[in-house]
Amino acid sequence: MKLKGSEIIMESLLREGVDVMFGYPGGAILPTYDAMSQYEDRLHHVLVRHEQGASHMADGYARATGKVGVCIATSGPGATNLVTGLATAMMDSSGIVAITGQVPIPAIGSDAFQETDVTGVTLPITKHNYLVTDVRELAYTIKEAFHIARTGRPGPVLVDVPKDVQIAETEFIWPEDDVVLPGYDPPWAADDEEINAALRLIAEAERPIILAGHGIMMSGAMNELRELAERAQIPVSLTLLGKGAMPEDHPLVIGMMGMHGEASSNLAIQEADLLLALGMRFDDRVTGNLKTYAQKAKKIHIDIDRSEINKNVKADVGIAGDLKTVLTQLLPRLEGKSHPAWIGRIRDWLEDSSERDILNYETPGILLTAQVVNDIWKLTGGDAITVTDVGQHQMLEAQYYPHQRPSTLLTSGGLGTMGFGFPAAIGAKFGAPDEEIWAIVGDGGFQMTLCEMATAAQENVNVNIAIINNNFLGMVRQWQELFFEKRYQATPMVNPDFCKLADAYGIPNRCVTKRDEIEDAVRFAQSIDGPALIEFVVEKEEMVYPMVPAGADLHDMKRRPKPGEA
Amino acid sequence: MADVKTGSKVTVVALVENEPGVLNRIASLFRRRAFNIDSLTVGRTHKPHISRMTIRVEAGPEYARKIATNLQKLVNVIDVRIIDNEPHVERDLALIKVRNDDADSRNTITEICDRYPARIVDVGPKVAIIEIVGTEAIIEEFIEQVQPTGIVEMIRTGVVSMGRGTRIHDTNFINRRTLLEAAAKARNGNGRIV
Repeated sequence: MKLKGSEIIMESLLREGVDVMFGYPGGAILPTYDAMSQYEDRLHHVLVRHEQGASHMADGYARATGKVGVCIATSGPGATNLVTGLATAMMDSSGIVAITGQVPIPAIGSDAFQETDVTGVTLPITKHNYLVTDVRELAYTIKEAFHIARTGRPGPVLVDVPKDVQIAETEFIWPEDDVVLPGYDPPWAADDEEINAALRLIAEAERPIILAGHGIMMSGAMNELRELAERAQIPVSLTLLGKGAMPEDHPLVIGMMGMHGEASSNLAIQEADLLLALGMRFDDRVTGNLKTYAQKAKKIHIDIDRSEINKNVKADVGIAGDLKTVLTQLLPRLEGKSHPAWIGRIRDWLEDSSERDILNYETPGILLTAQVVNDIWKLTGGDAITVTDVGQHQMLEAQYYPHQRPSTLLTSGGLGTMGFGFPAAIGAKFGAPDEEIWAIVGDGGFQMTLCEMATAAQENVNVNIAIINNNFLGMVRQWQELFFEKRYQATPMVNPDFCKLADAYGIPNRCVTKRDEIEDAVRFAQSIDGPALIEFVVEKEEMVYPMVPAGADLHDMKRRPKPGEA
Repeated sequence: MADVKTGSKVTVVALVENEPGVLNRIASLFRRRAFNIDSLTVGRTHKPHISRMTIRVEAGPEYARKIATNLQKLVNVIDVRIIDNEPHVERDLALIKVRNDDADSRNTITEICDRYPARIVDVGPKVAIIEIVGTEAIIEEFIEQVQPTGIVEMIRTGVVSMGRGTRIHDTNFINRRTLLEAAAKARNGNGRIV
């Protein structure tokens, strides 16, 4: 039977296991929307209010489930609005497929209405992209797109489909066989020599530390990581996106690393004689000054992306491979070890940190973000999926909401995309309907994508929105305080009444200004079957500590003084 | 990108799928990662769906590895090889239009051409076109020689390279679309036809 291109898109999505897509219609994608009506029972379409929201929702869905998220948009402005979400997914290796309409083939290159060279625009921010010029290639192309998006180092793939290709008919043949891509061969296992070299360095090390990244969870290597750490008694430091790779209450987990990481992690990295970097990429926010970074340490770097090895930090042993596979090769030959002196040293640093913890301060009459986050942690049993935006609240979430399970902190790490949190939380809820979802966002970032309140209301998505409102672009303000002599240029915000806004969208809401109101408000949000919004009016000029200033040495942290030290 | 300014050059040979936009992807990668292209040539191979590129880049060995691993990440790039450390043949071609309007210049040009793998391919009353094929170094040397006579126009193709011996770039696979289509059609139960 012959199908139209638009129907082939739907059939192909179904065969790839897609059950929900996030999108916005328009002229060049209309035939596909028309075909959608026949599939609505199996393939739910979520109408967003801005295409950026669609790409973040697909991303949130992908991060929460490990499956490929799908977003869909029309040509020109529809497609360009996806760009921020694609770049976000690219930087954080999130597997999404974007389907965009394009002007009909004869009109391509004529500056037609709503024409944009979308494959050109998205070339550097997608893992791969396609312009389909023949309806007979559509099914293969979509299959390839999903394969590329989900395998190896995942990433966004865009498929641009001209309107006439959506209308044209052809025999629908779904390629059941594996995709054949001669130029695409993600590395898999390590060779013996590499494993031996890694084992040798681990055996020799006296002060080893594991740096666990996002790759652990994408590879599903949580158990292997834990076994490695426990058997060789190696402390584990987490990247921001690595949170959840190992339960944070595990005694070997010593906290997040990097610019706002735990002092214990950063000091341990600088003192270590071996770094075991697993599924992380030595981002500048993680290393600080590369010239002084972990100078005493040999480095083992295992990552699925060959080009990450030796990119920023030279590896003594670099293994390009799938983490679960490589660790499974390594573990049977790993000998048990203990490093009591080393772990004791790190414990001392941890103790010093907890003395400086803001939660131990007397703070009468003011509400702090750390308190809000920590109370949400308690009230959700530490078991919610939290989706953050970008800035101070994001770093405080990372510090004050310990995560026990993989993929329960969804956050824009690499690109640092404000406006990510709320739509990504909506996407995550579609992927994980049984989870309690909290979008923890700042007043600045929330306003970038707050139009998606309409989406949440229309779909009755059960997400809880916690707006941390300090009437400032807080992190920028922090930098201005520290590095620009408190010249608060363009950071104070005159905000709308968020609760009235929520009212306008029909979203139940509360406003919290004191700590003893937090519990009631959180319980209220939890009781609502649908979106709920809590505005937390917090201290205006909070600081996130510790802080490694951009480009400074990792051990050169600005610390919060201990109580009484001033 | 530590060793970029070493003054040395590396030659990268890449087999790519002959699909629209491949050159764009490679150019974009080089720009994005701040790799400096010295010359880039691209042409068809004996397999219609495969093109071959020779890219000369100013870089040391560490930088060259970065280029290779990044190129390999591109889905349309089938194979990448840094060819400098293996025996290889390299050729560059230049067309050089020189002043040719008096006996002196005519004699000089003819005399220089005799000493190089060069020949005069077009002669007019005022100018002549010389074609020279050789390694990059020989062409550079030749240009230096004819410079005083007066070069009025010049074009170079950029270097193309090929490894010597039996270690060959594998071009032995079928275009993936053809393969998928054939496989799906061949097996009725497997290639589900709706």
